[in-house]
Amino acid sequence: MTALQLWRSVLSKDLRLAARRRSDAINPLIFLLMVITLFPLGVGPGPDILARIAPGIIWVAALLATLLGVDRIFKDDYADGSLEQLCLLPQPLAFTVSAKMVSHWLLSGLPLVILSPLLALLLSLPGDAYAALSASLLLGTPALSALAAIGASLTLPLQRGSALVSLILLPLFIPILIFATSAVESAGMGMAVHGQLAILAAISVLTVTLAPLAVAAGVRMSVN
Amino acid sequence: MWRWLHPYAKPEATYRLVDKMLPWFAGLTVISLLVGMVWGLAFAPADYQQGDSYRIIYIHVPAAIFSMGAYFGMAICGAIALIWQIKTAEWALPAIAPVGAAMTAIALFTGAIWGKPMWGTWWVWDARLTSELILLFLYIGVMALYAAFDDARTGAKAASILAIVGVVNLPIIHYSVEWWNTLHQGATITKFERPSIANSMLWPLLISLLGFMLLTATLVLMRYKNQLLKHELNRPWAQAELAQASSTSAEEKR
Repeated sequence: MTALQLWRSVLSKDLRLAARRRSDAINPLIFLLMVITLFPLGVGPGPDILARIAPGIIWVAALLATLLGVDRIFKDDYADGSLEQLCLLPQPLAFTVSAKMVSHWLLSGLPLVILSPLLALLLSLPGDAYAALSASLLLGTPALSALAAIGASLTLPLQRGSALVSLILLPLFIPILIFATSAVESAGMGMAVHGQLAILAAISVLTVTLAPLAVAAGVRMSVN
Repeated sequence: MWRWLHPYAKPEATYRLVDKMLPWFAGLTVISLLVGMVWGLAFAPADYQQGDSYRIIYIHVPAAIFSMGAYFGMAICGAIALIWQIKTAEWALPAIAPVGAAMTAIALFTGAIWGKPMWGTWWVWDARLTSELILLFLYIGVMALYAAFDDARTGAKAASILAIVGVVNLPIIHYSVEWWNTLHQGATITKFERPSIANSMLWPLLISLLGFMLLTATLVLMRYKNQLLKHELNRPWAQAELAQASSTSAEEKR
């Protein structure tokens, strides 16, 4: 089996598992919708205040939803021993685990991008900013998934690792949050957003290419 | 270099080296901090605009620089621990992290004290302040991850990986004042240009920098010494060391 075939089979296995246990993938999205619902109730439904804080709320909710999916990345494979088998294979582990990152993104990042116009509508975001919001999510969430995989690999052997994962990951998420929300806010004020989106894309390219190495190191450490 | 370095993979040899270095570092720390602080806080001329409140740079700038320096050192130790599997390098992480976190906290705290009279606020969400705060969170993350594992070696490996990943934050902190150009001022001392500060203020600052560097090193070495003893507690050399230390302290009491 070539590395690419292995990559494909890992990805398709993850997607098939998610299709059979839909609640795992859907619950974080429902959580996201609920968090978004809480804000108009909490700060008042006035459209001007909502529109001003909408980019931040949506992105913070996206970060939290990403954290909810972290456990799913490696936990089951670790528990049934298949992760150990992946480590033993001659195919490069860093490449194989990148399939895990992709499946996490397909199940948590991509739905967010698709949902984003609805979220923008709920928070009465200005019409000009819709495209920027979707674009920022499309460009930013791959980096989130890559970082989430690092966090997941580092805390695998821990029984109660979820609080620790948030502690580790949220500081690393902050730069992405800053540029993404700044892009959406600029778009809302009718300014150019290419700069921020380009930086988001750069961050994503960098994290997606380098994170697998850290993830592979983390997985090897956890499996030993 | 390897021939010179490889004995220090052995904890006992490292302990002897640290033990020999520590008094020198501690002594030089006291001298340079005393000179730097007294000169900077009492004798350097007051600023024509900021008056005496600028004097906080003699603490703020060195603490900020070595909050980043300590992190970089911690990441290097993490890389050495991961690549060459040297356990004496692993133990440097828990030795460095709290010292670096304290430096970060000092930098943030003194910055807030200076910001109140100068900027009119304790805190702004300026790029440099935010990235320095992220550095504090990264330190806390490294410490928490190290402590979370029952097996110290696994914890050290996990913390090393996290420390290396977090290094991306260092250039962000360093260049934040150039990239974003927000409230925090730019660098005063650079390697290649003439510093934009009068010599009478520069010299005490440089001595304070040296003092904080030595202070960081001294604190790290003290913690590292304890780490070495703690991890090797059941080895004969550590037992002998402890027995000797307790007998000398008993003699001193008498």
